[in-house]
Amino acid sequence: MRRNITYKPRDWSSHPPMIHPDYKSTRTRGPTKPLIPIPQTLTDLTVPVYGHEAIGELDNDLTRNAAKNGEPIGERIVVAGRVLDEDGRPVRNTLIEIWQANAAGRYIHRRDQHHAPLDPNFHGAGRCLTDDDGWYRFVTIRPGPYPWQNHHNAWRPSHIHFSLFGPSFVTRLITQMYFPGDPLLAYDPIFQSVPGHARDRLISKFDLDLTVPEWATGYRFDIVLRGPKETPMEAGK
Amino acid sequence: MSMWKQTPSQTVGPYFAYALTPESYGFRGIATNRLVEPDTPGEHIVIEGRVFDGNGDPVEDALLEIWQADSQGRYADAPGGGSADFLGFGRCGTDPQGRFRFETVKPGRVPGPDARLMAPHIAVCLTARGLLNHLFTRIYFDDEEEANAEDPVLELVPEERRGTLVARREVRNGAVVYRFDIHLQGERETVFFDV
Repeated sequence: MRRNITYKPRDWSSHPPMIHPDYKSTRTRGPTKPLIPIPQTLTDLTVPVYGHEAIGELDNDLTRNAAKNGEPIGERIVVAGRVLDEDGRPVRNTLIEIWQANAAGRYIHRRDQHHAPLDPNFHGAGRCLTDDDGWYRFVTIRPGPYPWQNHHNAWRPSHIHFSLFGPSFVTRLITQMYFPGDPLLAYDPIFQSVPGHARDRLISKFDLDLTVPEWATGYRFDIVLRGPKETPMEAGK
Repeated sequence: MSMWKQTPSQTVGPYFAYALTPESYGFRGIATNRLVEPDTPGEHIVIEGRVFDGNGDPVEDALLEIWQADSQGRYADAPGGGSADFLGFGRCGTDPQGRFRFETVKPGRVPGPDARLMAPHIAVCLTARGLLNHLFTRIYFDDEEEANAEDPVLELVPEERRGTLVARREVRNGAVVYRFDIHLQGERETVFFDV
């Protein structure tokens, strides 16, 4: 891949702190010692490779990739956007994996004991590769909010988990996409762990152009990964 | 100043397994914890360990991703894996006891900064419920004392903390097992990198 390129640092003014006490699990899990800075080496600048063969035809359509005897229940949505670097350039051919609860707010995960129905036609996981302009597109069901044990009467806002690799091992990103206007965002310590000025970047936008008439509404969610430190010059450094 | 700001990180949460390590749900993922085939060249090794939180309790919902060179020090970051003997990427979720396990080969040495060779090592990306940002660390090997002593990354780590990055070799029933525990907090907190 692009072994001669190094990447800008993780923007710690945009990311949450390691420990955000309102999100209880961070208290015993977030590291307390400062991260140790190291140079980006071949280990960090290379990236695991996945060919198109790792992606099945229906992998980006969560309304069909686990359907058994019908269609999943809920509001059908298109979630699409572009993956860009910090210079606004498309990140091409990069793997995106998503997972989410069903319309009732229930995950298929065995440890999810929320008293809400599973949907026999919905698994809730998908993946795709970005195209040459950095675009990705999923078809899914709008996930429901669900209760969790963080504090009394705690509810997670509707969200979709995203996992991306980008062009190197260091450009990895794991995040969550939220929906505009969700009243639960104000009460969610995971969303609120992000510095205030950066929170909007996690909220998708309703986008009429992504809707499919008589079939699905559309939400746009662009993702920005760490970009190259500088444009590589002709001559050596 | 760039108009395009990094998308903030969020926790992977507790429920990633059916998407990222979905084999136990009857789906094929992009990687498993078995990186090798019986005929993959190199010394076949097992890496196993546990992940602990600040109370010393096992972290039962962590995801480890490893990325490494083959036994000759080659990364498979070219289409189809390039000339490397294997892809070198693995994923493993921890179990209720916080345990993980990878079957792989011991990596060869790879050039580092200023063309100095790095000691054999495996890159780790760790994430879990309660980790708002993924963590990068490295696994080095305790039977590589000489190479470790001249490793350009290890030398940036305060000496008293380097041990947290070194896996311990054991031979069990003829199999080579390296033991590598991860402590998210506490006296033995593992070294995590800003890279």
